[in-house]
Amino acid sequence: MADILLYRPHFVAFIILFLLGMYIMVVCLNLVKKLIGMYIMQTSIILFFITLAVKEEGTIPILMPSALALPPEAYANPLPHVLMLTAIVVGVSTLGVSLAMVIALYRKYNTLEEDQILEKMQ
Amino acid sequence: MTLFDDYLLLLLSVVTALGAVFVRDLLSGVLTLAAYSFFLALLWAGLGAVDVAFTEAVVGAGLSTLFFLVALFLTSHQEEVHKRLQVRMVTLGSLGVLGFLLLFGSVDLPVVGDPESLPSKHVSSHYLRKSLEETDTPNVVTAVLADYRGFDTLGETTVIFTAGIGCWMLLRRRDDSAT
Repeated sequence: MADILLYRPHFVAFIILFLLGMYIMVVCLNLVKKLIGMYIMQTSIILFFITLAVKEEGTIPILMPSALALPPEAYANPLPHVLMLTAIVVGVSTLGVSLAMVIALYRKYNTLEEDQILEKMQ
Repeated sequence: MTLFDDYLLLLLSVVTALGAVFVRDLLSGVLTLAAYSFFLALLWAGLGAVDVAFTEAVVGAGLSTLFFLVALFLTSHQEEVHKRLQVRMVTLGSLGVLGFLLLFGSVDLPVVGDPESLPSKHVSSHYLRKSLEETDTPNVVTAVLADYRGFDTLGETTVIFTAGIGCWMLLRRRDDSAT
């Protein structure tokens, strides 16, 4: 178990951030705080994927001209990067829509606390 | 990029994430979250994912923070303190079990930086070998994003469009109703 911390610190950080985000989403009643938790959870998953794409001797995935062609091992794996670009953009879209919902709720109920909104709904 | 820099940036991002969550004022929380985002962008630039780092710095640290700030200025940035001891205990317990399982599972994950790891074996080496010839773009990430997986990107654009319409529908002020 101790080697994980030594050789795979990224995974440990991923686990801490993921659990932190989830904990905040469950425990906090403030809607904006919940969204902060959601953002931390999303970015932790991106961190996990980027870590899988790293190669020890690898440089950034921009190819040299064909005269100086290098083998695939010399570049970082580009596929997780592409998937995570999509994930960042989709994450911001969900964040925008949910913040718009929070603003609409605040206009109607004048509070950001989940329990008070539920009380006023009844 | 040495492992030491990784440790430092990972530590900084975990600390700023904890700060963003546990600070009482929501405005300070959102600004600390922007710092968290920048540290992650630096980390990813160091790990060789420059495109993801750009996008995170612009979209994550810039645009998300802007959205949060706009939302906070249109609402309030006071958070109320709740005890909810029972919920806290149950959540901590179940997330602790989940964390242990994740830690247990990560023993079998490939070592960070292993060029022979399974995610680097399959289709990505084809992209790295052939994309200059097939798409004439030196940046492989761009070639995969806009060419090999262009259909995915079309779907992504649809998501952004739908999100934009959704925000507009939610935020427009209707004169006829009493909201």
